[in-house]
Amino acid sequence: MIPSKFDYIKASSISEAVKLLGKHGYDAKILSGGHSLIPAMKLRLNRPLVLIDISGISGMNTITEQGGEIIIGANCTHSQVLKSDLVKNKLNIVTQTVKCIGDIQVRNRGTIGGSLAHADPSSDYPATILACEAIIEVEGKNGSRTIDAIDFFQGIFTTSLAEDEIITAVRFPKVINGNYQKFFQSASRFAVVGVAVVKDGDSVKVGVTGVSDTPYRAIAVEDAYSGNSDAGSHAIDNIEVMSDHFADVEYRSHLAKVYVKKALEA
Amino acid sequence: MGNFIGKSVKRREDARFLRGAGRYTDDIKLPKMTQAAFVRSPYAHAKVLNIDISEAQKADGVVAIYTGQDGCGAYGVPCGWQVNFKNGDTMREPVHPLLAKDKIRHLGEAVAIVVAETLELARDAAELVEVDYEELPAVTDPKKAMEPSAPLVHEEWGDNAAFDWCIGNDRTEVEAALASAHHVTEMEYRNHRVAPNAMEPRSYIADYDINAGKWTLYTSTQNPHLIRLLLCAFVLGIPEHKVRVVSYDVGGGFGSKIYHYTEEALLTWISKEIGRPVKWTSDRSEAFLTDAHGRDHVVHSKMGFDKDGKIVAHLTDEYCAMGAYLSTFAPAVPTYLHGTLFQGVYTTPLIHLNVVAPFTHTVVVDAYRGAGRPEATYLLERIISKAAKEMKMDPADIRFKNFIPPFDGIDEPGYQTQVALQYDSGNYEGVLKRGLEMLGYEDFRKEQTKARKNGKLLGVGISTYIEGCGIAPSAVVGSLGARAGLFEVGHVRVQPTGKVQVFTGTHSHGQGHETVFAQFVADKLGIPMDDIEIEHGDTDQVAFGMGTYGSRSLAVGGSAIIKSVEKVLEKGAKIAAHKLEAAEKDLEYAEGKWTVKGTDKSISFGDVSLTAYVPHDYPEGLEPGLDFSSFYDPSNFTYPFGTHIAVVEVDKDTGKVDLQRFIACDDVGNVMNPMIVDGQIQGGVVQGVGQALLEEVVYDDSGQMITGSYMDYAMPRADDVPMIETDRTVTPCPHNPLGVKGAGEAGAIGSTPAVVNAVVDALSHLGVTDIQMPVTPQRVWKAMQN
Ligand SMILES: Cc1cc2nc3c(=O)[nH]c(=O)nc-3n(C[C@H](O)[C@H](O)[C@H](O)COP(=O)(O)OP(=O)(O)OC[C@H]3O[C@@H](n4cnc5c(N)ncnc54)[C@H](O)[C@@H]3O)c2cc1C
Repeated sequence: MIPSKFDYIKASSISEAVKLLGKHGYDAKILSGGHSLIPAMKLRLNRPLVLIDISGISGMNTITEQGGEIIIGANCTHSQVLKSDLVKNKLNIVTQTVKCIGDIQVRNRGTIGGSLAHADPSSDYPATILACEAIIEVEGKNGSRTIDAIDFFQGIFTTSLAEDEIITAVRFPKVINGNYQKFFQSASRFAVVGVAVVKDGDSVKVGVTGVSDTPYRAIAVEDAYSGNSDAGSHAIDNIEVMSDHFADVEYRSHLAKVYVKKALEA
Repeated sequence: MGNFIGKSVKRREDARFLRGAGRYTDDIKLPKMTQAAFVRSPYAHAKVLNIDISEAQKADGVVAIYTGQDGCGAYGVPCGWQVNFKNGDTMREPVHPLLAKDKIRHLGEAVAIVVAETLELARDAAELVEVDYEELPAVTDPKKAMEPSAPLVHEEWGDNAAFDWCIGNDRTEVEAALASAHHVTEMEYRNHRVAPNAMEPRSYIADYDINAGKWTLYTSTQNPHLIRLLLCAFVLGIPEHKVRVVSYDVGGGFGSKIYHYTEEALLTWISKEIGRPVKWTSDRSEAFLTDAHGRDHVVHSKMGFDKDGKIVAHLTDEYCAMGAYLSTFAPAVPTYLHGTLFQGVYTTPLIHLNVVAPFTHTVVVDAYRGAGRPEATYLLERIISKAAKEMKMDPADIRFKNFIPPFDGIDEPGYQTQVALQYDSGNYEGVLKRGLEMLGYEDFRKEQTKARKNGKLLGVGISTYIEGCGIAPSAVVGSLGARAGLFEVGHVRVQPTGKVQVFTGTHSHGQGHETVFAQFVADKLGIPMDDIEIEHGDTDQVAFGMGTYGSRSLAVGGSAIIKSVEKVLEKGAKIAAHKLEAAEKDLEYAEGKWTVKGTDKSISFGDVSLTAYVPHDYPEGLEPGLDFSSFYDPSNFTYPFGTHIAVVEVDKDTGKVDLQRFIACDDVGNVMNPMIVDGQIQGGVVQGVGQALLEEVVYDDSGQMITGSYMDYAMPRADDVPMIETDRTVTPCPHNPLGVKGAGEAGAIGSTPAVVNAVVDALSHLGVTDIQMPVTPQRVWKAMQN
């Protein structure tokens, strides 16, 4: 469990980090909480030559309310989000989501930006980001832009971030009625299935993680929904379901339906 | 006597463990020490075509690189137990090389070792070693390994069997009894493979001292003397008196650190080659691939009953994986530690077990907490519960009907089984009665009926186990194929000031010997615990020993210490009599002093100790000193037993099992420290629950491991288990001085079938009769669908 050799640079501003990323290109990796990147490096599955640590950049770890939105800085740890009263009161679905992530140690280090950029198909945040229709703010050498949640996740460990781009914050609309339901994988405690549901009157938005190699909006469920949870039976319509040692396609498909139903009922 | 025995004295060793001040092997840093890293095979079965170390040799900080061609330990590491084929042929014993030469036989087998100035440099250089492999088809399932088309692990014998062995009554007799039985219950399943997962990974430092011509091996082992013996006499052919093996604190073993591993021998050899100390500490990934695994029996069993539910015969056939080679105790595990427990706690008159033990393209399988006995208990306790369901009997009733009646082993003789052993003492119905009482069995059944009506899936599972511990009478195990004696050594050194050092050949890797052994020595000598130090884990300090496993430390090691304590008191009495000018027979010893009966004339233990070392006024003809060593060879195994009961609720939508209650009523004989016994039971229960619900090593068909990290290998966590409710009955062991039976493995033996029985009970009204372990949500849900 010894990583290969690397250089370490602590960035003091977003623009510096972006510049460094541009300079080192493929050789470099952004380091935030390190709770996905470092384990991979220890196993030598990932061997960056340069680590650009963004965790000390000021302004990237605040949670604020602006207009109708809650803005969570990319460097906010899961613990910080969990402890935020603002999030608890106006974005409770996010509180519920981070509560399910790892254990205290993991939550104390892992960040929202790192979690989204890493795009582990079994991680929790993506379902909630999708259901909330959050907006991801990024900055790169060509300046800043935003990416809608629905466009962000591209596949297993793959996002629409450009190589030189850094996530700086995530913007959420306030959510009154939402909930997150997770079936834990017994070893890793990541999600075998994670379902986020945001209800707004008769309409519903459903984000699903763990089921497919890309987290997705369960549009078929949303379309079929008319106030009752039977729409859950559409949880995997047009979805290619993952299979592993804990949940094969049949069982995972079943769980997806059960958990969408559960989230719709909650 | 009894200031300490039977009291929950807090563990003395915890002060250093809780402060992070333990002395584990990896904490040791020697001057000029080098670090090793291994190049390990990414295939389970392959030919090694070529190894190119030229690039690696040029890397920074490399001290040396060795491959299988370098002639280290040509005989390999030996097996310590011989089990023969039932036709009398000796078992097949392949060479287990320190480094693979031209053939790879399991994933992670070491091909080369790189020694460098630092661990980082060793790892970097190891990546530069280029190995050309030709991958070959592999077999990992023990039953498939015996199919005619199976790839061979060792070509020389034409099939994969290491041995084919049986025990018990004549097979045809057992078959005939089954044929005429009123009812026969049948089971087929795999007692699946688990990884030991000690918290401290294996770690070794070998240090050759050029000036003295001596080796020191620091090793995370459960039995330093045995390692020294095997290393010197069998692997490297170096003189035993020039080797010191040190094993200070060890962070858990569960069996996996009994064995003599290739890395230990290889490092010892290398240290002399390079003239410097060399360290290797396994990382967690290597631990999954190279620590000896446990279990892995494929079982087919039939049990016959008469119309009243009494067992009339039991016939079982098993395929038990050995792995790629024979580990130190491996052949004993599915045979003499397993078949001999097939009597269980029942009066079964006819028993036959046949064991085929194949080599497989996997890491070796050896003893893991319970070693053969959990596998026997799982079978007996599952099949009798299954039979109860089939015969519409209550699972408690069928057990009461079949129990061996209580016997104390003193007035009533020991119980002679059909499978070679004689049980020492037991009261099996006692523990079941108490367990049912703790549960509130009748109320539970009512609650269950109600819950079912509300669509809830509630179940209870019972298991009543027995185990053979206190390993072991040397002559008996010798006749069963052990290549070592299994006595123990206890040495008591009283110093001039009356302070006492106790040296034990057993080894503590979490058990609490420093506390428990001091408790009974303090009581026997009538002195404070603080005046007693327990020493273990250094072959230069401790005369000899066989280590710790098989719940033997107190029953065998403790007995050896008692023998020495008695010798101290016997000699002390002679000195006291002289000083008090009284006859020895007129003295009594209590509270740390000898008193002339009926008078207030006395002399303290401390004064007698001083006299022994300053023998100015001293009994004629008596040697000075107060220092005794004893060997204790037990006359029999010990037989702890107990009842474990699990209550579960199964989620009908997901199949997830919620373990709601766990009751353990164990009888481990006399109890020295209830807190430590409870801790041992609880830890064991969690391990057994882990196997039932979560843990499983999975190799795919090509021999790759799917569960090689904690992302995929599910260890039980605190929130997976409820508070464990413990109680005990006490049936003393009649044949050792403390009357103790052993508590280290009990929890892991009784618990697994209790949990699975409970899950099957919860689903029985849906027609579910068995579920393969571990009973994961997926498996339970699928069972519910069929
Ligand atoms: C034991 C354990 C259990 C866990 N359990 C869960 C769980 O149950 N559910 C769950 O969802 N997650 C879980 N995680 C993952 C955890 O949430 C991670 O912390 C998270 O996924 C990554 O965040 P990080 O800040 O640690 O990122 P890092 O590890 O620092 O980085 C991860 C990746 O993202 C990139 N990156 C980081 N920040 C940015 C940024 N701002 N912009 C662009 N790229 C960036 C890095 O270059 C790297 O490629 C677990 C982790 C561990 C170690």
